[in-house]
Amino acid sequence: MLQLPLVVTAQVDVVLLLVSFLSLWTRLTQLGYPNAVVFDEVYYGQFVSLYMKRVFFIDDSGPPLGHMILALGAYLGGFDGNFVWNRIGAEYPSSVSVVGLRLLPAVCGSLCVPLVYLLTLELRFSHLAALGAAVLLLLENSLIVQSRFMLLESVLIFFLLLAAFSYLRFHNAAPHSVFRFGWLLLSGASCAAAVGVKYMGVFSYLLLLGVASLHTWNLIGDRTVSHLSVCVQCVCRAVCLLVVPLLLYVFWFYVHLTLLHRSGPHDQLMSSAFQASLEGGLSRITQGQPLEVAYGSQVTLRSSASQPIPCWLHSHKVNYPIRYENGRGSSHQQQVTCYPFKDVNNWWIIKDPDRQDLVVSSPPRPVRHGDVIQLLHGMTSRFLNSHDVAAPMSPHSQEVSGYIDFNVSMPAQNLWRVDVLNREAESESWKTILSDVRLVHVNTSAVLKLSGVSLPDWGFRQLEVVAEKHFKSQSVGWTVEEHRYGTSQEQKEREAELHSPTHIDVDRKISFWAKFLELQWKMLTVKLEDSEHKYSSSPLEWVTMETNIAYWLHSSTNAQIHLIGNPVSWGVANLSLLAYQLLAAIYLLRRRRGFKDLPDGAWCQFVCLGCVCVGGWLVNFVPFLLMEKTLFLYHYLPALCYLHLLTPALLEHTHTHLLSRATHRRALCVCVTAVLVSVFLSYRTFCPLTYGSPELSANQLQGLKWRDSWDILYRRR
Amino acid sequence: MDEECITQWNKTGDTSTLRNRKIFPTSEKTLQTPSTLLSKDKNKKFSKDPPTRVLLMLVVGLSFSTRLYKITEPPHVCWDETHFGKMGSYYINRTFFFDVHPPLGKMLIGLAGYMTGYDGTFPFIKPGDKYKHHNYWGMRGFCAALGSCLPIFAYLIVLELSQSHSAALITAILLIFDTGFITISQYILLDPILMFFIMAAVLSMVKFNQQRCSPFAASWWLWLVLTGANLAGALGVKFVGLFVILLVGLNTVWDLWRLLGDLSLSLVEIAKHFLARVVGLILLPLFLYVTIFAIHFVVLNKSGPGDGFFSSAFQSRLIGNNLHNASMPEYLAYGSTITVKNLRIAGGYLHSHWHLYPEGVGARQQQVTAYLHKDYNNLWLVHRQDANESQSGTPDLVRHGDIIRLEHKETTRNLHGHLHEAPLTKKHFQVTGYGINGTGDTNDLWQVEVCGGQNGDLVKVLRSKVRFLHRATGCVLYSSGKTLPKWGWEQVEVTCSPYLKETPSSQWNIEDHINPKLPNISLSVLKPHFLEILLESHIVMIRGNSGLKPKDNEMNSKPWHWPINYQGLRFSGVNDTEYRVYLLGNPVVWWMNLASLGLYPIMVAVVSIAIQRGFSLKHSHVLMREGGLLLFGWLLHYAPFYTMGRVLYYHHYFPAMLFSSMLTGITFDILLKSTDLILRPPYSDRLQTLGQMVLLFSVLYSFYLFHPLSYGMTGPLAHEPGSTMAGLKWMDSWEF
Repeated sequence: MLQLPLVVTAQVDVVLLLVSFLSLWTRLTQLGYPNAVVFDEVYYGQFVSLYMKRVFFIDDSGPPLGHMILALGAYLGGFDGNFVWNRIGAEYPSSVSVVGLRLLPAVCGSLCVPLVYLLTLELRFSHLAALGAAVLLLLENSLIVQSRFMLLESVLIFFLLLAAFSYLRFHNAAPHSVFRFGWLLLSGASCAAAVGVKYMGVFSYLLLLGVASLHTWNLIGDRTVSHLSVCVQCVCRAVCLLVVPLLLYVFWFYVHLTLLHRSGPHDQLMSSAFQASLEGGLSRITQGQPLEVAYGSQVTLRSSASQPIPCWLHSHKVNYPIRYENGRGSSHQQQVTCYPFKDVNNWWIIKDPDRQDLVVSSPPRPVRHGDVIQLLHGMTSRFLNSHDVAAPMSPHSQEVSGYIDFNVSMPAQNLWRVDVLNREAESESWKTILSDVRLVHVNTSAVLKLSGVSLPDWGFRQLEVVAEKHFKSQSVGWTVEEHRYGTSQEQKEREAELHSPTHIDVDRKISFWAKFLELQWKMLTVKLEDSEHKYSSSPLEWVTMETNIAYWLHSSTNAQIHLIGNPVSWGVANLSLLAYQLLAAIYLLRRRRGFKDLPDGAWCQFVCLGCVCVGGWLVNFVPFLLMEKTLFLYHYLPALCYLHLLTPALLEHTHTHLLSRATHRRALCVCVTAVLVSVFLSYRTFCPLTYGSPELSANQLQGLKWRDSWDILYRRR
Repeated sequence: MDEECITQWNKTGDTSTLRNRKIFPTSEKTLQTPSTLLSKDKNKKFSKDPPTRVLLMLVVGLSFSTRLYKITEPPHVCWDETHFGKMGSYYINRTFFFDVHPPLGKMLIGLAGYMTGYDGTFPFIKPGDKYKHHNYWGMRGFCAALGSCLPIFAYLIVLELSQSHSAALITAILLIFDTGFITISQYILLDPILMFFIMAAVLSMVKFNQQRCSPFAASWWLWLVLTGANLAGALGVKFVGLFVILLVGLNTVWDLWRLLGDLSLSLVEIAKHFLARVVGLILLPLFLYVTIFAIHFVVLNKSGPGDGFFSSAFQSRLIGNNLHNASMPEYLAYGSTITVKNLRIAGGYLHSHWHLYPEGVGARQQQVTAYLHKDYNNLWLVHRQDANESQSGTPDLVRHGDIIRLEHKETTRNLHGHLHEAPLTKKHFQVTGYGINGTGDTNDLWQVEVCGGQNGDLVKVLRSKVRFLHRATGCVLYSSGKTLPKWGWEQVEVTCSPYLKETPSSQWNIEDHINPKLPNISLSVLKPHFLEILLESHIVMIRGNSGLKPKDNEMNSKPWHWPINYQGLRFSGVNDTEYRVYLLGNPVVWWMNLASLGLYPIMVAVVSIAIQRGFSLKHSHVLMREGGLLLFGWLLHYAPFYTMGRVLYYHHYFPAMLFSSMLTGITFDILLKSTDLILRPPYSDRLQTLGQMVLLFSVLYSFYLFHPLSYGMTGPLAHEPGSTMAGLKWMDSWEF
């Protein structure tokens, strides 16, 4: 029976609402200003455009979720991808919805503030401490700057905090509540999201796993719980924190690969099979090629090593110089190289050593694993040859040359055995695009490979190809990319045939898993040239904020935006980090000697605070010390958020447990108020550099240069 | 504390009655006796135990005989003997050299050679050189003797940790019959010496841990001091010794933490414990380590191949170096030929050569670098701003604030700076060689500034710190310390830095100064303090170590290759006509270790979950605590290699392998003893004996099969049917 009156009781935390509102206000006002490309927007923007156009790309800086979130914002804002992202400061045309591009990161950044509030409550601290943490985050200039543009850090921080918060919610919930596993699931999902935005999220995920396994270990040790119940709980936790994140992570890639189905600028990095699965590009060429390589096939051979760059086996009508610069001699036969561009000289014809004809018989005789073949260069009719002559750049390996018998003193050694490397996965026969083939020189059992070195000018700076006996590296595989059955017996006709495009029809696909694994592997291994950037910095400079980043400068005035943190809260954060470590050391030593300064509940709370905040800071900071990539100040922001969480909690701890006299407590309150006021003041001071308006005069800018090492720009007029 | 001591006693009591294992867990809590009495009791029992002695003698005998057998074969230089033998000779000849490792190992090799009548005259030019009449057996024998101690130490360590003869014996057998350890012990190498100290340190540490019931007794002090001394030895041979220091250090921290929690001890006593360890494990090793270097510097007082790596002041110590009792014009003058050395430690000489910066790296002009070796390309001429030299009379002297041009003597290019990005340090500007025959432009002008000087001060050769300020851009000549890629011949980058802070990287001194028109004056360079030399040589060594980058054509070994025994090292011989020795572990032994590395975590997981759920298992203490120590030792000696950028070799795994073998001993022993969980007593004992026998015979048989790897192979290679090793090439990557 429905009971009347129908009553809805709602409790609203007004403080929480207030900070959320303030946070949205600080992050969202004038989001469209400046109406120009700001700093890394130039980098992420190109990927957003590619998403809009559904063009495949590969970005080694992180998994695709972050890019997809940015692209979603752009999509909702009606961005069509037609903008050239070429320089910082370029004005957006009116057709681009700037607010749309920046909205999602800004919202994520704003939500961090209420999240921090809730997280402090879950750490079992008071609402006042929670408010303190929220205010510190609210007034942190660097976080505001980072949130207001199309950048990924605020999204990452949001997911990191959400994961920690929901895990603690789970942990604090009543043991028999059903909903608690909902929180655990949310925690797992946000971990996956954090890792999906930036690889850096992995460290926080590991920390969370560590804490969770500690809790699970205690659960296992609880002998009042039955064996069965322990098993069930462990399995549930493992599913929520291990299986679900893994599946979600793969899911991001699934969406990524589903969205991007057209070929684009990064095709070359991927294997031929992958490229063929994309619309346009290679698939347009390879569509309709015969599948099985047969005697008489005309093929281009692509090196399956992508280092240093993908290229095709190539030869041209120039011989090796008789003597190299260093005085060593060569065979003076025709050069064989690897060439990174499509060219008619990349075509080779597969010939049966026992027969003379160069056409495919009918039915075609396919080449299989273990068969011995000759490779004839299509345009110059030289055989691929190798012999005991030192290669031009890598004297430890054998030279590879194009050979023709003009009564030279050297015998022909042009027989090659076909080793299909992936014959277990594919098949024994040599297939276009799918088979990875090793060519073994029959006379010397050396293997045809790319040495990775460029030839000097006489070799037109193409890549050197050698045959090596002791191959250990992986760069020995070759794939047939373009392929057709040769039909013309005469050289002239054949040349004409080589120039004509390929045709005939076959259909082939590779599975999502193969694509996922290849893409993931490429993203982790492709290393773009690392170089120093004008605003790059080393991790140790971040702690004391020795460095800043100029994000944007108005094209004519002094208005500018910088990534500079709030120096006061930054300092307070460092102090509290030190204070926590000191306190923890003292407590630990004294407990070891049998003095229990804190009641058990308070000690647990203190330890938990340390695990989350100091642990969070450590895992988000220390790995950078070991990294060799170009680093920027914004990499420190996640770690900083954890410190801002720590400060108010530590103050509350001091207030309740360390200060016993009322006067001391009052003094502490006064100090805290003073600090908050100065945090606010320094926030106000740096506002012009955070929001880019109002414009400051050179003198005022000079006054803001609190540290000598900061680069603040003045326009000379 | 009491409880621990009693556990100790129980375990040792258990050794004499190995069969009565079952009483061990129950009796643990019932015995309550004063600890001092017990430990004496224990020592007596231990030494009188007959099987210990017999087994120990057996291990000693086998170990020495396997390592000393065919010690003089082959009678030519093998592999790295060419380095370490040569360095041993340098000590005998007292010639200064540079090596990336600390000196103790090479000093001991030199000493061993000296004692056995080697005169230091063999040149050790390349592997394969015949020794002929030179006395090389002493040096090899010394290394082999130290290498023979490894199985013995391992036996003692495992015995001490597990109190089980079978575990100790398994370990000793694994190590004695491992072809890898035999090979690496038989030649003039640093590794046997290093591993000797590592194992001695671990043994002393374990013994010291056992003395915890009688603190501050004589034997307690003895083992403490021995631990410290061996740590110094290990670090003195190679920097890999740091890992064992870390192991001992963490063990000590753990020990102190335990003492701190013992509320029966007063704070004063704990402070005494703390101080004793500070003295024994920090101050003593530090003192010994410094002493080693002191001896090194005293012994090596003649100029040799390593001079250029060190600062001018350092070089002046060496007899025969041109800076020793140097005589040159005292003040820098126009028209002089000079070399300019960066003041950063191991900073190198300002250098240029005919090669250009490649395309895409700033302007395509001639490279200017910093180079560590002495070379004619380090010579520069000092010119006035306007090319007119006063041809006659005494040349003018360069003063603070003067504007000069530096011309590279070999290529006649001027030192030139301009507003292009430097190749590596993008915040700095590029420095190049520009112009021809000394004619250039205004970007070739540099202002000389003596640090701490005033306008008009003269520039003292060798003693003044000089900075070169670029006139046009205001930046300062700077050596960034970053190694250029291959196009720059892996020399060090030189830039022009717009940050004008005075750092050693931007300060230079004039080292050589040649001017025939000026009188040479004997200059006494400030002799450096010993601690400065020490610091400098360490920085040079560390630089050298990280500079050992893998070359493209060399096969380089990856850390994951090692535990699976993927690929060995050729010590001697390649072709089928030569006498071949191949460093490769006995695959049966290595794969057993690999298996135990997988088995151990599983066993620990099972045991710890069982304990957490309230079951009790015997052996769990040995398995978790002592096995954990060994696993930790293995990790410390293995995992860091994954982060190292330098070139790595197979033999780097051998210290970790020692820990792995000891872990195998304990793991397999406990696994075999756990048979009684599934079988009833008489059968379980039989199964256990059977397991031990199978283990023993498989190791012995595989040693019989693979012994030619260490003791030399001749004749055809393994893939041909007529070879002694036919059919034994179980992995394609093995090259014998």
